[in-house]
Amino acid sequence: MLAMTAIAALLLVRNLYVMLLVLPDEKHQNAAYRIMFFHVPDAWTAFLCFFLAMIASVLYLVKNDLRYDGFAASITEVGLVFGAANLVTGMIWGRVIWGVWWAWDVRLTTMLVGWLMYAGYLMLRRAIEEPTERAKMSAVVSIFAFADVPIIFFSIRWWRNQQHPPPADLPPDWWMALFMNWIPLLLLAGVFLMIRMEQERIERQLNGLRRTVHAF
Amino acid sequence: MDTRNFTYLCYGLVAAWLILCVYVISLGARERKLQRELERLRLLVEEKER
Repeated sequence: MLAMTAIAALLLVRNLYVMLLVLPDEKHQNAAYRIMFFHVPDAWTAFLCFFLAMIASVLYLVKNDLRYDGFAASITEVGLVFGAANLVTGMIWGRVIWGVWWAWDVRLTTMLVGWLMYAGYLMLRRAIEEPTERAKMSAVVSIFAFADVPIIFFSIRWWRNQQHPPPADLPPDWWMALFMNWIPLLLLAGVFLMIRMEQERIERQLNGLRRTVHAF
Repeated sequence: MDTRNFTYLCYGLVAAWLILCVYVISLGARERKLQRELERLRLLVEEKER
């Protein structure tokens, strides 16, 4: 875990150097376009987390193993953090490009709706005490919530009059910077996931101990 | 680097990192809370077994 964090930190320092001092400015956005190198990989990380949460939820419903439920809850929370970073950096970038903090275009709106659905997933988990009931209900919500992710992803193609720039127009060195910055964010997501999985394990242990205490 | 819109770039970078930092702090706080609860319940079980 420590090695992953160290590699992520080194890569992030390297990427900041490339972003700020190597890549040339963009004609219309000047310095602000560099926000994209965090904004876009944050979204990719969030989508990957939500996809894995959906797979784990299906596996829970098939196998009834609470470890899948713990994995789904952990990775959803990590996805929400990266989703929040995506939304906030997008708002700041939008303020420069569109002159407003929030534009109700389809991509922004569907991303917000998706984020709220996954936030609802975590709130639902707090509301149900019985572990198997909680796991079953959460799994169903997670699978339904994932339906929003392809809509967010393909919204630029499906609704062509949107304010988001089409990604095909990006120069190759920007693509390289995007992917290079995705690697440390994925590593950080992996570290967060491992910590959360351990906390879920402790939670299960606590539930067992609580039952023992009540049995006396 | 052209410094026009540099303030917004700073806002963007700070926001991206601030969110991750707040999450790391919340993970640490939750970890401490869980460990305290685990210790408390272990002691309770030991006490009841005696």
